[in-house]
This record gives sequence, C-alpha cells and structure tokens, in this order.
Amino acid sequence: MNELIATRDAFGQALIDFSKDNKDIVVLDADLAHATMSCKFQEAVPERFYNMGIAEGDLIDTAAGLATTGKIPFACTFAMFAAGRAFEQIRNSVAYPRLNVKVCGSHGGIAVGKDGATHQAIEDLALMAAVPNMVVINPGDAVEMRAAVKAMIEYDGPVYVRLGRNPVPVVFDEKTYHFEIGKGIKVREGKDVTLVATGALFDVANKAAGELAKIGVEAEVINIATIKPLDKALITESAKKTGRVVVMEEGIIVGGLGSAVAAALSESCPVPMRYIGMDDCFGQSGDAADLMEYYGMSVENTVKKVKELL
Amino acid sequence: MHDIQNIEQKAKEIRRHIVKMIGKTQSGHPGGSLSCADLVAALYFDVMNVDPKNPQWADRDRFVMSKGHACPAMYAALAMKGYFPMEELDHLRELGSILQGHPYSGKTPGVDVSTGSLGQGLSVANGIALGGRMDNKDFYVYCLMGDGEIEEGQIWEAAMSAAHYQLDHVIGFVDYNHLQIDGTIEDVIGNVNIDGKFAAFGWNVLTVDGHNIAALLEAIETAKATKGKPTVIIMNTVKGKGVSFMENQVGWHGKAPSAEQVEQALKELGE
Repeated sequence: MNELIATRDAFGQALIDFSKDNKDIVVLDADLAHATMSCKFQEAVPERFYNMGIAEGDLIDTAAGLATTGKIPFACTFAMFAAGRAFEQIRNSVAYPRLNVKVCGSHGGIAVGKDGATHQAIEDLALMAAVPNMVVINPGDAVEMRAAVKAMIEYDGPVYVRLGRNPVPVVFDEKTYHFEIGKGIKVREGKDVTLVATGALFDVANKAAGELAKIGVEAEVINIATIKPLDKALITESAKKTGRVVVMEEGIIVGGLGSAVAAALSESCPVPMRYIGMDDCFGQSGDAADLMEYYGMSVENTVKKVKELL
Repeated sequence: MHDIQNIEQKAKEIRRHIVKMIGKTQSGHPGGSLSCADLVAALYFDVMNVDPKNPQWADRDRFVMSKGHACPAMYAALAMKGYFPMEELDHLRELGSILQGHPYSGKTPGVDVSTGSLGQGLSVANGIALGGRMDNKDFYVYCLMGDGEIEEGQIWEAAMSAAHYQLDHVIGFVDYNHLQIDGTIEDVIGNVNIDGKFAAFGWNVLTVDGHNIAALLEAIETAKATKGKPTVIIMNTVKGKGVSFMENQVGWHGKAPSAEQVEQALKELGE
C-alpha cells in the first residue's frame, strides 16, 4: 500500500524547502493559510508571507505588483475564489502582461465534499486553460507536486496550479521522477485503451487499469499534470496504438482536459472516446468518496466506459 | 526649486497631444485624460525619479494609471520624456501600435503596469511598494484612480491592505471630476464623502485643486513626509479641463472630437 499524502501538504513543504535557496519567493494568502497549507511557509519564513484577508482580487493584484519588482509571488486561496472570483484579475493583471505570478488554488474539484457546490471548484482548470499565456498544472501525487513547485519557480511566467485537499497515494518515486512543464507521463503500457487522467483521477486510472487487466484488457495509463500546454504528442502516439481513449478528470468535461484531448485528437488521430468527470452539473454536499462515486469518477464507472468502447 | 511655469507648459502640451491623438484615431477618452493632465505633468516633469533611457531601472519611481482609459495623458508625457518617438502618438489604438487603447506593459516603454479594467491598480501599487520595501528600496508608487473607479470594491480591499501594511510609499490620487459614463457620480450611485472613506480606512487624506501645480507638488511633499501610513490626494478637477466645450460635459467621457473640434480645442490650448 502506497503512502497517502494530500498534494496541498506536499505543496506547503516544497515552498519552504525551495525558498531556502531563493529569496525572491513570496507567499500570499487570503485567510485560508491553514487550508492551502501556506501556513507552513508563514511559520518558517514570516518576513516573506502576506495575509491579504478575505479579498481575492486584492490578493492576485498585490501579487502582480510584487512580480513587477522581481519577486516570485505564490498567491494562495481556494481554487473557487482564485480561478472563479479573481478570474478577471488573473486574466488582465497577471496573464496579459505575462507576470511571474503563481496562482495556487487549493480544494480544487469536488472532493472538498461536505462544504457543497459553492466551494467545489469544478471549473478552475477550464477557466485557467482558457486564458492566453497561462500554464495550468494539476499534479497527481505528492512527488509530482513537489517537482511541479520547483518547475514553477524556474519557469518565468504565470502559472495556475491546483492543490488537492484529500490524501492520495504516492505513486511516483522521488529519486527517478522528472517533471517538465508540458510533458505527460506514460505510467503503464497497454494496447487496448488509453486512460488519460489528471490530478486525483490519476489514482482512479491506475486502479481501473488493474481491474481491466483482470478481464484481459490492457489499458495504457497516461498522467497529465500539465493541462496547458498539453502533451499532444504523447496522447496522439498512444491513441494511434490503442484506438480508444477515456479522459478522466475531477471537474467539468467541457473546457477541461476532456475537451482539450478531444480537440487535439480530432486533428491528429480521431478515435472513439469517453469521458469521466462532471457532465455539466454542479456538485452537492457529501462525503468526498461518496461524491466521487455518485458523479462517476470511480474505478467502476471507468471500467464501464472502457467496455463501451471495446 | 520647482519650475511651476515649465510644468504648466508641459501640461498644456500634454492636453494638445490628447486632443490630437484621440481626434486622429477617432476613438478614446478625452474628458478624463484632460482632467488629470496637470498631475501627469507634475509627476513626469518634476516629482518622479525615472530614467527614460533605462525604463526598467530597479530604483525608479512608478506610476500606476489605474484609471487606464486616461492613458493618452500618460502616453503624451512618456513620448515627451523620450521613452519612445513622438511619432508613435499618431498611432494610438491602431493595429500593431505600441500604444494600446489601455496601458499595456508588454508593448509600451515606460508603462510599468497594465491597467484598464477598473479597480485593480491600487492593489498592484501596493504589491510594488511591498516588493520595494523587501529590497530596502526607497522608490515611491504613484497611483491615479478615477472618482467613478473607486466605486469598485477592490479599491477598498486595497485601501485596507495599504493601511494594514503601512505602505507610506504608496501615494494615491483621486481624479475627483464628478462625472462617470452614465452621469454624475452623485446620481449614479451616490459615491460621496470620498475623503472620509479613505480616512476611515486609515489613510492620510489631503485635498487639493487638481489643476494647481504648486498645490499638487506641495501635497506630494506632505505625502512623502507622512510615515507609517499611505496618503491619498483628492484632486478637485474639471472633466475635459482646458477645452471649453468639453468641460464638465458627461458626453465627452469616451467620444472623439471631429476635425473642426480638434482645431478649436488646439486654439484654446495655445497652439
């Protein structure tokens, strides 16, 4: 059994570790430091932490100002209030002038659970991917998150990263794992179907591939940490081999990874596809695991969708 | 010593460019550009420590045109300072121009902050001031807001954080010309008691005649001498100032003058 770590925890620790050698890193939060885990940084490096209060527009634009002075600001809040409420600040004051601001949205997706639909950011990846100049990252485990934070620091430009609330299995090996913005990773070879998954659904994809193997279906699993720019080459190569693709994400299908993969394959290698995600609907309160099951972001539903394609 | 007369001449020149630029491209916002021309002249031709040959100089003072639609005033000043050739002013708002309809740091030398969507500039100014303070720098950040613009809630988020973080190197200005697109600010949403609002948020508040260069310079010096809190200078202004048929006329917010109107305006502005 793999160790379980929430990507937000890996994020908070990575910020502290990497800021030791980089004095330009500044962290801002909007009264959610104990949820986004930026509180770890606040405790370790208080002189480079600013709490902006419950004011997300101000949070993003203050970060924009800091970036113009050469700082590398990480602006943290819930994904809903970053990509949602502060969408236009991100678009006009960060992405358009291409400022080096890292927008960090925690509690992305539906697994925030009992807080209900108001706090379940199912559109954050789609919204951020729609904005020119934005890089959009959604790591699948703690090792990938840590490596993504390092890559974000090294990359000079605006990035949106989704931080997961709930613990997910650590799949990658820190010693061998290499993260590159815009590159997906094939984690399992197969010939019958390709499962393209991002974020928390990476774990579901791996488990579904295991179940499919029991019935003689060899699924190839591709983990997409960078929604934009999308690794079209890797996905196309796999689709050419398997001829079937299921895209899996914890969020709305329209405008998200599902749409992005469909758009790419429609030009490079059209194949029959299915989608796992929120099908144009809001979530609701409930236990995180129950919600994932209810909205079909499950091993069982993935197997079902694959069978539809066979 | 301040050369008040020179700054006044620069302000007049800026006003002439505003009218010509907007007239030529037949698009833009003359009213609010004219109302802030005196401040823009005072900042660029006296107050601000900038180097047009080195627009990215780390120690420079910054100007944030938060009411971004008034950028023709800023563009004129930047060209007159030598940030880019004067001829560029002929291409305001044209395809491929370095002078976009609203300020864009990605294209225009001397523009530090991209603005245009109202209500955001003060937050950005705060971030710049925080960055400067972290690096032990002494530059000032001047942020010009419209009186209509401060109806945006984010201005008050930023007002709160500037006071909380004691950003005494942020100096705000409100171009209090009393007009916004749909009418007077009093009629549209009753945005009154601006000085009282900023004072309640913990700011040092000064009120001046925004067309009196000496008064503006004195207020800025008072602001710089104020430690531990940000200062806002409420400038009583006339929208369309300097062009008789535009003054205090709500219709001249976002309308371009005809060739004849340009000619008349330039006469009034001493050309």
